[in-house]
Amino acid sequence: MGGVDGRLTTGTGATAARPNPGGRSLHRFANPGRFLRATGRLMPLLWGAALIVLGAGLLWGLVLSPADWQQGETVRIMYVHVPMAWLAMGGYTGLAILSVMSLIWRHPLADLTARELSPVGAAVTALCLATGSLWGKPMWGTWWVWDARLTSVLVLFFLWLGHAALVRAFDDPERGARTGAILALVGIVNVPIVKFSVDWWNTLHQPASVTRLNAPGMHVDILYPLLACALGFSLLFAAVVLARTRAAVMERRVRALQLARARREEGVPA
Amino acid sequence: MTRKKRRLMVLLLAGLGLGTATALTLTAFQDNLVFFLSPSDAMANRPPADRAFRLGGLVESGSIERTTGSDGRPSATFRVTDGPTSISVTYSGVLPDLFREGQGVVTLGRLLPDGSFRATEVLARHDETYMPPEVADALRRAGHWNPAQGAAPPAETWNTAPRQREGRSGG
Repeated sequence: MGGVDGRLTTGTGATAARPNPGGRSLHRFANPGRFLRATGRLMPLLWGAALIVLGAGLLWGLVLSPADWQQGETVRIMYVHVPMAWLAMGGYTGLAILSVMSLIWRHPLADLTARELSPVGAAVTALCLATGSLWGKPMWGTWWVWDARLTSVLVLFFLWLGHAALVRAFDDPERGARTGAILALVGIVNVPIVKFSVDWWNTLHQPASVTRLNAPGMHVDILYPLLACALGFSLLFAAVVLARTRAAVMERRVRALQLARARREEGVPA
Repeated sequence: MTRKKRRLMVLLLAGLGLGTATALTLTAFQDNLVFFLSPSDAMANRPPADRAFRLGGLVESGSIERTTGSDGRPSATFRVTDGPTSISVTYSGVLPDLFREGQGVVTLGRLLPDGSFRATEVLARHDETYMPPEVADALRRAGHWNPAQGAAPPAETWNTAPRQREGRSGG
């Protein structure tokens, strides 16, 4: 079992007096068990809050809020596009934090969460690119340009996809998690580039309206529904990632139990 | 403990190195990352006549002349300005919906020997202003803003303005 050996050599300091593989699994999943109980109580609240806030935000933004004086109704694409862009960047920052936890503290839950986060992050970034493209055609006159903002977001999308693929490319999940964490941390240099590309270089994409030092360049009747949508999408994002992580923890548990039972049936002391 | 600290130090050092390398690379490629040149940039270091580049700026107020070519295709002449410098641009084709006086545009084309610019593509550039039509109308009626002259007034003067159609006209 090369995988097990690999894991033993990269284990934490507290691995010295480990009696056997079965005991090790139990020890290892003690903490995730607490995670499952805690998040189990949180999940219904999170789903409920996400649906209520997002429903209200989308109604406010897509129906009740005013049009823009020159974009007309097309401005409503922003109520999806901007939250997706914020989540793409914020989510990636979260992935980098999980990667630091994984590399320094060898936290197994950070590995699992990172693994379950990246496909959702890739989906969010793809939606950001798609909605931006749909807005760009009528407003700019083009679906796509290779300016610094659009190109750096495309790179962010590839980083998400690359992380999702890389952590799944190893037979030993822990090696996959380490490699993915290194990729995620190398890729973090792209996040400030995405954010400040519109300030550092001439771009076709407009500069920030909301997150700037002086007053937001957005009327409050457009700004508040945008913030509501952003909060709603963020809650939904958190709920989806947490639900995926819980499923992954349970999957690992089931596998560990099956392994233990198989060992017992074969007469290996467990 | 020491092993965690060592990993932390390695990570910090690697991050520092990577950050420095990225910053240096971006500084080195500064000029190549620019999507468009402003008229002042283009005049200061004129690109060779055979090289296509993007020229960006505001459409100068009162400079748009729309004509229809002999083949029935619409064409337009306008000046793109960044304040100190402006360049005359000719373009034949359909202009984007947002194209108007005072709007930011990015045009792709070549500089002709006479100093004018022949564009093969015109893109409108939206600025960071999001304003309901009623608020824009009120600003215009009050004489606080003429969209043909350029950017909207500072956001704090209008971004909480009440949005009534029959608002106070003239302020």
